[in-house]
Amino acid sequence: MDFVKAFIFGGLICVAAQLLMDLTSFKVTPAHVLVGLVTTGVVLSALGLYQPFVDFAGAGASIPLTGFGHILAQGAIEGVKKDGLLGAFTGGAAAAAGGITAAVVFGYFAALLFRPKG
Amino acid sequence: MPVDPNKPLEIQKKQYQQMVNRAKPRPPILRNTFWAFIVGGIICAIGQGFLNYFKGLGLSALEAGTASAIVLVFFTALFTGLGVYDEIAKYGGAGTIVPITGFANSMVAPAMEARPEGLVLGVGARLFTIAGPILTFGFTFAWLAAILYYLFT
Repeated sequence: MDFVKAFIFGGLICVAAQLLMDLTSFKVTPAHVLVGLVTTGVVLSALGLYQPFVDFAGAGASIPLTGFGHILAQGAIEGVKKDGLLGAFTGGAAAAAGGITAAVVFGYFAALLFRPKG
Repeated sequence: MPVDPNKPLEIQKKQYQQMVNRAKPRPPILRNTFWAFIVGGIICAIGQGFLNYFKGLGLSALEAGTASAIVLVFFTALFTGLGVYDEIAKYGGAGTIVPITGFANSMVAPAMEARPEGLVLGVGARLFTIAGPILTFGFTFAWLAAILYYLFT
């Protein structure tokens, strides 16, 4: 059941982004989509709306980049709860550190090891 | 309406733009949407598989989420390097952009292209062509949320 929910809700977020790219007259690039998603995730998370969505849809909510925004926002807010003002500066990055480090390190090695096609 | 050379230049420009808009190929919206749903859904379902696996190992929800993200990022880097991810992206569209795999792909692909420009200003800088804006907005808004929480609780 959790696979079905992840498939449907993850897929629906992708559909929303695809429609945004195809139907609007603005030039919406992948960069704009990703920035929009992460910002939306942060805002929804700060309003307390994203955690219930994650509880319900599992990876369908956490794997889209809105989930990355959610991790950043919750990390920063938890940081404030734990360390006060200092936590606002450390909590977000700390919570997202695993994914960011993986992307930098694996991305660097991939760029060294592989040649682009064509 | 074709461009009428007797009309003022502003009107001509508008008429030309209308011609361009009519002639421009429309994106096949239904097909794009369908594949975005399928491909994005499958990637999230795979993520759910890793999430369940790591939770089964006894990791907390947060740790399992991070571990799943790391594994997905690893495979994205590999498949981007092999040229497979771009093939999937031709059909998947937003389905390959929206998940965290799209974030990883947006780092690896430009970095690979920039290899001839050197390791520092080529690979090192281009890893962040798209990741840079994402981190800028993500960090800034998360910081703002935390500051508001600090001020009002």
